[in-house]
Formats: sequence, structure tokens, C-alpha cells
Amino acid sequence: MVLMAIDWFPLWLSLRVAALSTAIALVLGGWVAYLLANREFRGKEILDAAVTLPLVLPPTVLGYYLLVLLGRSSPLGQLHEKLTGSPLVFTWQAAVVAALLHSAPLLVKSARAALESVDHVYENAARSLGAGEWRVFWRITLPLAQRSILAATALAFARALGDFGVTIMVAGNIPGRTQTIAVAIYDAVESGNGAVARAMVVVISAVALAILWLANALAPKPVSR
Amino acid sequence: MIEARIRKSFPGAFTLDVHFRASAGVTVLFGPSGSGKTLTLDAIAGFIRPDQGRILLDDKILFDAEAGVNLPPRARKCGYVFQSYALFPNMSLRENLTFATQSIPHLERHRKVNEMLERFQLTEVAGRRPHELSGGQKQRGSIARALIGAPRLLLLDEPATGLDAPLRNELYEIINQVREQYKTPVVLVTHDLEECFAVGDQMLIFRDGCIVQAGTPPEILDRPEGVEVARTLGVFNLLPAEVLFLDPGNNRSRLRCLDHEIEGPYLPGHLLGDRVSICVRPEELSARPRDGTPGPNQVPLELKSVSERPHAVRLQFSGPVSVDTPPAFYEECRHNRNWVVTFPRESLRVLKT
Repeated sequence: MVLMAIDWFPLWLSLRVAALSTAIALVLGGWVAYLLANREFRGKEILDAAVTLPLVLPPTVLGYYLLVLLGRSSPLGQLHEKLTGSPLVFTWQAAVVAALLHSAPLLVKSARAALESVDHVYENAARSLGAGEWRVFWRITLPLAQRSILAATALAFARALGDFGVTIMVAGNIPGRTQTIAVAIYDAVESGNGAVARAMVVVISAVALAILWLANALAPKPVSR
Repeated sequence: MIEARIRKSFPGAFTLDVHFRASAGVTVLFGPSGSGKTLTLDAIAGFIRPDQGRILLDDKILFDAEAGVNLPPRARKCGYVFQSYALFPNMSLRENLTFATQSIPHLERHRKVNEMLERFQLTEVAGRRPHELSGGQKQRGSIARALIGAPRLLLLDEPATGLDAPLRNELYEIINQVREQYKTPVVLVTHDLEECFAVGDQMLIFRDGCIVQAGTPPEILDRPEGVEVARTLGVFNLLPAEVLFLDPGNNRSRLRCLDHEIEGPYLPGHLLGDRVSICVRPEELSARPRDGTPGPNQVPLELKSVSERPHAVRLQFSGPVSVDTPPAFYEECRHNRNWVVTFPRESLRVLKT
């Protein structure tokens, strides 16, 4: 059986990287989305544009930025090397950063829209009943937006799973260490290993399809009041 | 007691500029849509920030532009009942009420919620989500939720919109109950004149972002201060007229209206030749079929159309003039086209245009 003979490490690595980067994106991106949706400040639209930029830039450009930012000669790279004893680039952690950069913009965009779609009348009602902003967010805004945010999270996870360009620039293609499934498929095709490529393509397509189905199921239905 | 002086400009030329004081009882903000009533409520509740002014609730400053004071809504102790009720859809009715009990000591919350549910006849549906409640239950629920934290002021934004007549009456009873039992001052927004009379102790007429008249509802209906107010109230015949004769000694005046001369009391502050409006309610006029020459203060008019009212028949004459007449009387004379309409001499209202 072909399936048995294939090394499925890249799939597990991809799932792990995507899960971790999505978790980070949810916290960081959720916070940025909250700021964009609820606060008025200078440079708000510039922040929004900057957060959206990774969606439109070529992955190689993002990868290049990351190499400059995290490389062995950069302050961040040196800090990481001092703390852990190993460079950040060309490790699976670098793949997490790559996937984060690739998927977080999508999450911020959708989460902002989800938070903004909550009818302000509920938030104002909560405020007039004595609730502070923290309580309004956790008890009213978030529960009313949670389905949309979960749907956005599922999409972000799917996107993180599929990153190729940024990952190969900063994490490389080290089998058994940094080779994610997208990179492994490229590698298999390049080396003429058609059966492996086909099997991986089928599996990753199925996983992506399942996630999209989940995201659709989570997306809020019209609610009657 | 609430005293508010609010000024806020919006790009697009609308400016809200109001100043009023309201003590215990129900103060009704009345006016057409877009005249700034809800904005005024929102400014009191703290949802919008005025450009200038000062809002005082009892002895507490809620907002003062000059002193830079702007309390957040949560610190204002203003209960707000939204037009859409705004019960949180992700919580049951009981949870909605409990949400509002933060300021109450822990041990008393449960008892207080039960007490409010009981008082507003909601105990049986306490476990339901808002979308499972009837219109009346939602309305009572949102008022109970607004009152549970013992606010110093209750704000209601068009609470009767979309309710049928029995529910409206129930709402008015609840508001009267709030006035008597809770002694909480109430500020209510409406564009329904009947509602003003049903619940209002004081009435403020809004027009284009300003308050054009304040007083009790009967006072305002009896003496609207200008054509604008009369038009806003929407219940008057407003007929253009010209002052022909003034006699302060005998307390008399004569006006030309609809090509006829009408006598009225002396009009202080007017001059001969002034263009004015006669302002008279359909029920203050009387009509009868024409026979012979019209007497003093009688104007011959042609009947155009007829509509049924709850307690009268409204006759629409050329002019246009509306007159309310008892249904029985109309039945007797329904075949007449030509009528005379009698204007009351003593109570004739004249407004400057």
C-alpha cells in the first residue's frame, strides 16, 4: 500500500504549525481586530492597511522580510539564539511565524467585521446597566460575534495549513524537521515521486474541504429577535 | 431632577440645541422623526458626547463640556429602554435581569430578580430567550431590566411603537406605576399625541433640533405658541387670515379668512393688516347644512369628503377645513353638499405666521 509507505511527518507538522499559529493569531489578531472595531485613534486606517498587506504581497516578499527580521544577524534572531542556543530561521518555529504572517490578516479582517456587525444597541444597553467595557466585551460583544469569529478562525487555520512561499523562505525544506506538507508535495513532484504527491494532495484537499465545511456550518444564520 | 443643556452639531447641517429641566414625573419629548428627541436621550445616557453644555442629574454632574466632565454610561445610573427593547439575545430573560444587578450585593441579587419578575408578571417565562417572548413580555422585561438597578432616571425611546392598543394601555399603566411606586423621573420619546396625554406630566415640543415649546399637554394643546408648534401637534386647522379691525376697549377684533369676516377677541401684539393664522381644532368648530344667509362667524363651505373617527365623523370641507360632528347629526344631514361652519368667537386662537 502506497499510503503505508509514505512518511506522514509533513502532514502532522503542518497541522501542528497551523494549530499553533492560529492560536497565536486568535489572541493577537483578536486584539488588533477589537482595537480596529471599537477604538478611534490616529493611524487606525494605516494599521488596518499594514495588517492587510500580507494578504496581497507575494509570499517571497514576506519571506524576505522575515529573513531580514529574524535572520541570524538581526536583533530578534540573535535574541532567540542567546535564549535557546539555536538560530530561529530554518526551524519549525520559523514555520509557525511564517504561517502566522500568512493567516493572521484574514482573521483580523473577518474578526473586525464580526465585532462591528454586533448591533451597538446591545452594547449600549449593557453599558447603561452598569457594565464596564471589559464586561460588555466578554458577556455581550463576543458571545454575539463568536460564531463569525470561529468561522474566521477555521478559515485562518486552513490558510495556515496551506502556506508554501513564506515557509520555504524562512523554514526551508528539511525533511523530518521543517518540511510541511505543501513543501513536501513540491519536493515529491520535483523528485518525480508521483504516487506520494498524489496521496498527499488528496489528503490535504480532504482536510481543507472539511475545514471549509466547518467554517460554513459555523457562520451565523439570520437570527430572529 | 434632571437639567440638560446640550449642543451638538452634525456635519450635514443638523444641530441639536436644547435646554430643559425636568423634575419628578413623566416628561414627554414630542416631535417629528429626525427632530433630535432620541439624540437628546442618547446624550443624557452618555452614548453620544455633546460639543457643548452640561447635564445634571440630581446633584451629580453627568457631563460638563467646560469642566471636561463626561461620565461613562455605566456610571450615570440612567435606565434606558430601547425602541427595539435590546434584550440580550444570548441570554434568558432571567439572565438579562441578573446582568443588571451588578450594583446590588451578591446575596440579594437572586431575590431582587425574582421580585422584579413577579412584579412584571414574567416569572413563568423567565427561562425563555428574548425571541421566544411575546411583544408585551419583551416590553415588560426591558422595563424591569432597566429598573432593577434602581436608576435615578428612566429613559424610554418610543416604547409604544409597534404595539397594538391593549399593549399600549398596559405600557401606560406600567409607566404610571413607575411614577407612583418608584418615584423615578421618566423621560419618554414619542411622536404620538395621545401618548403624551396618557402619561405626560410635562411635554417638550421638538422641532429641527430645538425645543419650541414646553408645558403640560393640555396647556400646549390649548395654547400652541406658534404655527410651527401647531403644525407639529398635527391636530389643528391652520387657516391664513388678515387682521382687519382691532378694538381693545370692547375686547374685539375682526379677521378676514376664507373670504369671510370672522370676529374674535382683541389680539394683543397684532397690528391692522397683519398676516396671521387662525388655529382651531376640528372639534372646536361646528357645522350644519346651509339655509339662508350665513350669520356672524359663519363661513359657507362645500363638503368634500367624510371619514369616520372613534367618537365623531370628520367632515372635510373646501378651504381646507376639518370639522368633527356627532355621528347621529351627520346621519340626518348627509345628503347636503353646502354647509356653514361656525367659528367660536371667544376662544378663537390666532398665531403669527
